[in-house]
Amino acid sequence: MEVKSLQFRARAAERLADPALQSKLGGAKQLFVGGRARVVAEFDSVGQAGDFETLRGIGAEIRDTALTDLDAWLEAFEAKATATGATVLWARDGREAQQLIVDIAKRHGVKKVIKSKSMLSEEAGLNEGLEAAGVQSVETDLGEYILQLAKEPPSHILAPAIHKNKEEVDELFARCHGRPVTPEGQIDIPALTREARVALREHFLSAEMGITGGNFLVAETGSVALVTNEGNGRMVTTLPRVHVAVVGIEKVIPTLEDLSALLRLLTRSATGQTISNYVSLLTGPRAEGAVEGPEHMYFVLMDNGRAGLVGGDFQEMLRCIRCGACMNHCPVYQSIGGHAYGWVYPGPMGSVLTPLYTGLEQAPDLPQAATLCGQCSIVCPVKIPLPELLRKLREKQMETELRPWQERWALRTWGFFAARPRLYALAAGLGARALKLLAGGKASIRTLPGVPEWSRGRDFPAPQGKTFRELYAARRPQD
Amino acid sequence: MSARNDILNRVRLRLGADEAAARKQRVAAVLAARPGQRQGPRPTERADLLGEFRRRAEALASTVDVVSGWADAPAALARYLAAQNLPRQGVAWPALAHLDWAAAGLEIRIGAARGDDRLGLTTCYCAIAETGTLMLLGEVDNHGVTSLLPETHVALVPASSLVWGMEEGWARLRAERGAPPRAVNFVSGPSRTGDIEQTLVLGAHGPYRVHLILLQDA
Repeated sequence: MEVKSLQFRARAAERLADPALQSKLGGAKQLFVGGRARVVAEFDSVGQAGDFETLRGIGAEIRDTALTDLDAWLEAFEAKATATGATVLWARDGREAQQLIVDIAKRHGVKKVIKSKSMLSEEAGLNEGLEAAGVQSVETDLGEYILQLAKEPPSHILAPAIHKNKEEVDELFARCHGRPVTPEGQIDIPALTREARVALREHFLSAEMGITGGNFLVAETGSVALVTNEGNGRMVTTLPRVHVAVVGIEKVIPTLEDLSALLRLLTRSATGQTISNYVSLLTGPRAEGAVEGPEHMYFVLMDNGRAGLVGGDFQEMLRCIRCGACMNHCPVYQSIGGHAYGWVYPGPMGSVLTPLYTGLEQAPDLPQAATLCGQCSIVCPVKIPLPELLRKLREKQMETELRPWQERWALRTWGFFAARPRLYALAAGLGARALKLLAGGKASIRTLPGVPEWSRGRDFPAPQGKTFRELYAARRPQD
Repeated sequence: MSARNDILNRVRLRLGADEAAARKQRVAAVLAARPGQRQGPRPTERADLLGEFRRRAEALASTVDVVSGWADAPAALARYLAAQNLPRQGVAWPALAHLDWAAAGLEIRIGAARGDDRLGLTTCYCAIAETGTLMLLGEVDNHGVTSLLPETHVALVPASSLVWGMEEGWARLRAERGAPPRAVNFVSGPSRTGDIEQTLVLGAHGPYRVHLILLQDA
């Protein structure tokens, strides 16, 4: 997928001025944030041998176990998956993944592919690659189906079409399914869902190949685990004669019990469910004599920047299990939505991943697109210190001179004074008095000279004329 | 260099090439010792597995009936279909061929569901009380499509299949089969979506209804 994160400021500004988007985001927030809080509180009240917080620690530990020995875990997974009859292929980047999957489609004479939701396939631009090779690719997650018809990228990793209302969906279905637009006030969401069900059922029954992502790869059994609510993941892995799972190399975990623990974290953090409707563990192709399931199963393990994070300052980011809790709880995401971020992953996890996977120079504003309020790290089910990682990215930007010269100059000047306490006291004293004058007796300053744009949305409390250090010295009891 | 070796080498270099052998040993040790070990807290087990399974399943929009044994299932199913005003034809797993469906006025075909079947009948491998979930194994005769394609899925759940958590299901699977079959599907109520305006709709791609007939003496 093309990276549009360079236009972050313009794209964010557009969305901030879009009241319809604001109201959609507000509604979704209520649902996800409230839902998570409810099931977490319930878990805390019935948990045995610990609460949700304990479970988060275990989740982080399981992911770290895999990441600290990642090369060996991948080899163990590959050996096991191969033994079950699956074929394991590797892709350095999205382009290689595309090529491998197009080759698989050609090898098996595939004309139509059905897909369940996979953010990794968005990274790889897989649909475009398949279409270019003459293979029809149909998204089957309702949200993704809507976006495929609208030719738009997802704006949330769980609810990809969160930015569309039912009127927009009705209009789209009318155009694509060849029917009149439903009169205002008569649009029925269950009817729209049924309409998509009927349209997609035909594809499910006729496609030759199914493509899925993977929530986890289980090394113990050589399996991929998939979580869906709609049941499309089951359709895609049961009906076609070829199944391809395209999964990031960081998704491997050791055992089935690890899977159970991570599922308790994932579904609660994502949608506030105790379990998703369908959890499938898929291992190898169909058994001899079976009448269903794929005759061929492939894994495409994709790197696309992940290996570069292993063993470094940002390895913790690879723990991510893609629940979306960080964006659901993020005040910035809640104000601008997913498209503003300009690539596959929005919200705090996207602000860390996009610069790391596509290059810091491609997404200079994303590490800044955070208030560092810390909500994301509080809710992250695998305890990724997202604000810390954003801060590290900001440091990197400073080091590599990727921030504007004014900002770098200002920080360097501040650093000069901060390292010289006497000088700092003098400057702060002058500054406090100057700002008091500027306020002209009012309680706050509306616009700060030098940074009018930045201070437009903030009121600066007017200093009372003395610095903290002066007040402290004056009040300290004399010995 | 092949993509495989290139990727693994990159990871290896970043983790320290000299310690590759030690990492391999650690992984082998974990894989030898850890399967079967429960990880982390989970909801406290209740003594009344059947009651808890029922409560959880109903919370996820499944409907539940309790009868005594296998022989009572056809009549219970006929009652359910009549109450819901649903057709009396369906398709069932071969494991249910021995029941007298015709005596209850039902037309049940044995085999795998097709796109036009309205009712699918299955049993389950385990019934998980923690979440009200069916654990289904996709094996030669246990067709996954039967719990997936029809608008109504009815599962006969013997009390002997009740376990507390997913972990007990894995343990049973390891003890009885060694390795998992092609598909292990956990099903928790009817298929659902919230993709349009986050409004919950049942029956996205799979069943609109999941009805569970618990067999308390089976």
